[in-house]
Amino acid sequence: MTDQSLPLSELCTQVRRDIVRMVHGASSGHPGGSLGCTDFLVKLYFEEMHIDPTQWSMDGKGEDLFFLSNGHISPVWYSVLARRGYFDVAELATFRKLDSRLQGHPATEEGLPGIRIASGSLGQGLSVACGAAQAKKLNGEDRWVYSLHGDGELQEGQIWEAALYAAHHGIDNLISFVDWNGQQIDGPVEDVMTLGNLEAKWQAFGWHVLQCDGHDHDALDQAFKAARAAGGQGKPVIVLMRTDMGRGVDFMEGTHHWHGVAPNDSQLADALAQLTTSHADY
Amino acid sequence: MIDFISADQATLDGLTRKDTRSGFGQGLLEVGQANDRVVALCADLTGSLKMNAFKDAFPDRFKQAGIAEANMIGVAAGLTIGGMIPFTGTFANFSTGRVYDQIRQSVAYSGKNVKICASHCGLTLGEDGATHQILEDVGMMKMLPHMTVIHTCDYEQTRNATHAVAAHEGPVYFRFGRPKVPVITEADAPFIIGKARRVMSGSDVTLVTNGHLVWNSILAARQLAAEGISVDLLDMHTIKPLDRSALIESVGRTRCVVSAEEHQRNGGLGESIAACLAAHLPTPQRFVAVEDQFGESGTPAQLLEKYGLGPGAIANACKEVIGVKQGLAV
Repeated sequence: MTDQSLPLSELCTQVRRDIVRMVHGASSGHPGGSLGCTDFLVKLYFEEMHIDPTQWSMDGKGEDLFFLSNGHISPVWYSVLARRGYFDVAELATFRKLDSRLQGHPATEEGLPGIRIASGSLGQGLSVACGAAQAKKLNGEDRWVYSLHGDGELQEGQIWEAALYAAHHGIDNLISFVDWNGQQIDGPVEDVMTLGNLEAKWQAFGWHVLQCDGHDHDALDQAFKAARAAGGQGKPVIVLMRTDMGRGVDFMEGTHHWHGVAPNDSQLADALAQLTTSHADY
Repeated sequence: MIDFISADQATLDGLTRKDTRSGFGQGLLEVGQANDRVVALCADLTGSLKMNAFKDAFPDRFKQAGIAEANMIGVAAGLTIGGMIPFTGTFANFSTGRVYDQIRQSVAYSGKNVKICASHCGLTLGEDGATHQILEDVGMMKMLPHMTVIHTCDYEQTRNATHAVAAHEGPVYFRFGRPKVPVITEADAPFIIGKARRVMSGSDVTLVTNGHLVWNSILAARQLAAEGISVDLLDMHTIKPLDRSALIESVGRTRCVVSAEEHQRNGGLGESIAACLAAHLPTPQRFVAVEDQFGESGTPAQLLEKYGLGPGAIANACKEVIGVKQGLAV
């Protein structure tokens, strides 16, 4: 049975189970942001991107590309990649363990299919996505480049260097998403380093700005459509996506506490009891 | 190539003087003509890096990055995804220390085919002073896994090296400079990454150098020849991977070595040589390098002299290490 035949909501539940099990299995990792971006990444990989996991190549010619800039939410990405067919789901059990291709933060060094750049040190992925989108233009390819960034990550100066660059060069085949959960390691983003009016900031930097609910699949569907409709008109597109950190596991929701903490055995059992699905765990 | 020992002063004075960065600019244009996957990025120093010819010839393949070097490195890494061969251009200072983490994660660790082209290296940047005179860049770059590190000595070698850098698969740190220096290599001399170039053969001391100090080392060897000392002079233009076999072959004959470089002693070419010889052929060594100091404003020639990188300092280091060798032999 292929994961593609499942309804999106069931896939999301399965991916959330993978996330908490992977982080529990490694006794380390970042469940909060992973759970919060599950709906987005499942939607992206199963319904939005033009991709063929069986023909994966580093160059990705002829395909849409995705770059995860906030690399610490690797559990959700690994789960989605495996469920989409980039590698065997059994490999998810190796997450963060010695000799694994599933490094704590995404990397190319071990050759894991689906990953095109290392990320984890924040703020670099938007620049990389800009370059990859420009390469698509140079190659005459009519395909999209997507990227995802944490809201806390927007405190990195390089993000705003890239924002200028993308607008100046008219990179209009780039659609970036912000995981706008309002949390970062030290607490609420507003307390740590306020971002101010994000919509106005991105508009002032010359981007086409959209907003959406990052958990409502219909809203995500509309956001993707609107983003692509806004693309190709000389401006890069950013979607400010409202999410809840820890979404789907009640005791992890809406708090920065579960940014980078692994559940213990009883917490895992509690979480899995909330995430019921007919599909198979790895 | 002329015989630098027997050549008279008028011959040396008559050598064409050109800047290495112009060799890069010409080389970049040539590799751009030969391969339409070559793209260039520059952080608001197009004229200084001599990238204008490429920009004019291939406007679609030239990407102005503005004064935003971190983003430029990331964009370059992204351009490789899709098969481009990006050359980034800015001063050596802004090519390395300012963007170390970007190079480390998005280029080196990610194994991206980015060519980091760094002009105005070292003290010979001159009057702008220590803020711009980076002397630590080779050390930073050679520590990164996957990174190849190249430092060229004249216009033609830099031009030829640009072709080799373009053909090489993998990240490269390519270091060159600002001032005009004598052209001492041949226009048709192939540049082979990782293969040292023998400038002159000798038997008393091995002198290993690169960059602008190749010329000062030639002048030092002439002084030493007048005193009856013969120098085996190696241009170690590739610091990583180091040409160990050329080094060990030479030192096996001379049994002493001097390294000379426009860089801090910590982290430089001399350190790579010492590490190689300590493992394979322990040898007395003297280091001609900047000794844990920042530079200052001045002309390139004044600065090389003041910081102990002139021909006299190199010659003295050679005599000193020969003395150590002879002391050990007693």
